Amino acid sequence: MSPSFRRNHYAQLPVLAALAALLGVPAVMNTAQAADAPALILYSAQHEQVIDMLTDAFTKETGIKVKAHEGEGPDIANQLVQEGASSPADIFMTENSPELVLLDEKGLLAPVDAGTLAAVPREDSAPSGDWVGVLARENVLTFNPALIKEDALPVSMLDLVKPEWKGKIAIAPSDSDFLPLVSAVLAEKGHDATLAWLKGLKANAQIFDDDEGVVAAVDRGSVATGIINSYYWARLLTEQGAAKTHAKVYHFTNGDAGALVNISGAGILASSKNKEAAQRFLAFLVAKPTQTMLAQSDVDFEYPLAAGVAVNSLMKPRADLQPPAISLTKLGDDQPAAKLLREAGLI
Amino acid sequence: MSWTSTRRPPAALVAAAAVAGLLVLIPIAWTAGLAAGVGPADAASLLFRPLVGELLLNTLGLIAATAVVTTIVATAAAWFVERTDLPGRRLWAVLAVVPLAIPSFIASFAWVSMSPALQDFGGALLVVSCSYFPLIYLPVAAALRGMDPALEETARGLGLGPWRSFARVVLPQLRPALLGGILLVALNTLTEFGAFALLRFRTFTTEIFAIYRTSYDSSEAALFGMVLILLCLLCLAGEQWARGNARYGRVARGAARRTPPVALGWFRLPVLAGFAVLALVTLGAPLGMILYWCTQHNSAATSVAAVNLPALASATWSSVRLALGGTAIAMALALPLGFLATRYDGRLIALLERTAYLAQGLPGIVVALSMVSLTITLLRPLYQSAALLMIVYAILFLPLALVSVRAAFGQVQRGLEEASRAAGLGWFATSLRILLPLAAPGLGAAAAMVFVSVVTELTATLLMAPIGTRTLAVQVWANTTTLAFAAAAPYAALMAALSLLSAWVLARRFGAAHLP
Repeated sequence: MSPSFRRNHYAQLPVLAALAALLGVPAVMNTAQAADAPALILYSAQHEQVIDMLTDAFTKETGIKVKAHEGEGPDIANQLVQEGASSPADIFMTENSPELVLLDEKGLLAPVDAGTLAAVPREDSAPSGDWVGVLARENVLTFNPALIKEDALPVSMLDLVKPEWKGKIAIAPSDSDFLPLVSAVLAEKGHDATLAWLKGLKANAQIFDDDEGVVAAVDRGSVATGIINSYYWARLLTEQGAAKTHAKVYHFTNGDAGALVNISGAGILASSKNKEAAQRFLAFLVAKPTQTMLAQSDVDFEYPLAAGVAVNSLMKPRADLQPPAISLTKLGDDQPAAKLLREAGLI
Repeated sequence: MSWTSTRRPPAALVAAAAVAGLLVLIPIAWTAGLAAGVGPADAASLLFRPLVGELLLNTLGLIAATAVVTTIVATAAAWFVERTDLPGRRLWAVLAVVPLAIPSFIASFAWVSMSPALQDFGGALLVVSCSYFPLIYLPVAAALRGMDPALEETARGLGLGPWRSFARVVLPQLRPALLGGILLVALNTLTEFGAFALLRFRTFTTEIFAIYRTSYDSSEAALFGMVLILLCLLCLAGEQWARGNARYGRVARGAARRTPPVALGWFRLPVLAGFAVLALVTLGAPLGMILYWCTQHNSAATSVAAVNLPALASATWSSVRLALGGTAIAMALALPLGFLATRYDGRLIALLERTAYLAQGLPGIVVALSMVSLTITLLRPLYQSAALLMIVYAILFLPLALVSVRAAFGQVQRGLEEASRAAGLGWFATSLRILLPLAAPGLGAAAAMVFVSVVTELTATLLMAPIGTRTLAVQVWANTTTLAFAAAAPYAALMAALSLLSAWVLARRFGAAHLP
């Protein structure tokens, strides 16, 4: 064999590999799909690490495999609306109730088993019984004590638009956790006041992509305060250790809109062809052992809704929180809030 | 006149090439259609608002600053490597190009994890300049190499000092190369998503992503997508124009000599230090940070999946499998087009080729979103499939495949093919038995280059990975956005290793060892 021929031959390898892939990949894909046919398809806007923990435990307990498709709440909800009756999804699980409310309004959800609904307080699930509350998360103001004293923090989240807060506040308007806060202000104060508040925030706030960015910025001292879910502060603390973490948490009180508690829930798609397994998954989510596992995990920092399960010790007990009295129905589906955010130029 | 240009191109090949052109046009047309759904009044209120002004200012400001920084750094580096007796020029020449092999969102991950203060404009400028300066270095170095020394000698002979002769003779000759390079940098800056998202720098791509994830309706994202496409096409047109003007003629046809190298003397010390700093910033820092995080513990709270060998292997396999499919499709699309473009003339072929190159101006996020929307409405069987993601990869990297395929075919001498045709073999048999074997090394390089680009692609992968599929890029992204740097590091290290290894193999096998 001549050297030059050998060189040519060698260089053909990538081409041959590519051609083999073109022919082989669809075959591989088909066989893989056939083998995994009975897996539950979960569309999730929860944190991947929480979902991994839950699905692993569920598969161990029941032998049912779960495949997750992940994204942000509104975009997954939008995707489910577009997919409609032919969606491959069996279950939708999200961090905030409005996305579930939206799907319920569109008639895309199937009723949840009564036993599952009974495991959590009635006001934390859909009045229609079409989705179940699983966990709750609290909105807080995170602050850096080196930049601002705790007693200088505002009584209400709505005060953050006053001129003295210019440049001292961080928000993440495109994080799906921000929309429900806007919905809460809207439910209590109406359209005009909410728009004015958002425009004030636009003038005062530093903008970040997500709550992780906000809490990290406050922690390193680039901005004095930030609006976040307490989840992200607890996670940063766990990641960095208490000694290295400067950010602290301030809870709004007296039913202020800023103290809103969001419900993270799950529902079954009406179009699911695997409803029995899906019901088992929902029952598993609210079962005491599952909720205990989440609360003790140092992975999830949400309030368990099942009776008698204590929250992670980093968190303030739920009984001590003073959230606004806004029902899930009144909080709504976030659509008007999304519109207002655009109107105010925040997204 | 050769046999090729006088014959009609085979209809089957033209049809195959037309598929490639059509595939590039589909996402543009679908995005335009969606954007048109917004309605003129809403569109005006969406487009003419302060936020869009801020985005434009952010994006154009970054492009301008990057252009200045990269032009200075790249031109200086190229001049010292090509024109002086700097020790270790071969090494510096390689090190100046290697940053291209580190995906910019991986570099971004490394810098953000070093200091969270590296964000916004400053961080973006640093990362983009480091990642893209080879795009200017390469054409400038090539132009310096190809210059006729006689002009400079004349200038020096007429009494101009070294600086003035550089400014008045060399620089004007570099202008086309510089302009083309700067426009490529601008194009990449416009379409970059991952690096800016991690740096929390707001630009059109990150805004489209923000709109997409907070919106229940895809037409607004499409509207912003159209604005971005228009900006990109402007850059692309400018780049084509600059390339067309790239020739500075020499009257004499005599053999071009190399310009005798300038002796640096004691000045070589600061220059060497400069090159060392450059390599440290563009390569040492990102790779060092990845290695550092590989040795760090990460709490379970922020890591998506406990990093273990099976998870790494599965992500690697997902990435490689998708990339092989994408490469195969891209090559299948580029082969007929490249063959026609090098072997036949004609308006249709030129049009198809230009259409294929349009893909260079298509941001990944816009293509991905439009194809998701298209398949969800019209082509449900393809929706969420691995095949669809592979097709999107093929669209995004078709220009890269086409350039390399063209080059491979162009280098094959026509004589053998003509003899084969004269002996009565058809175009297909001739291609199979003469052209493909001869062009195989070049085609292999083309496939390898597309493969590297696909394996390191983030945006489309993030939006379109089939249910349950987690690739290397997706894992880096998921962990970095939750600040779990140590969890992201092994995946980032694997991506960087894959990319650098392929680049090294490519350079070893196909790189022109032009330096003495």
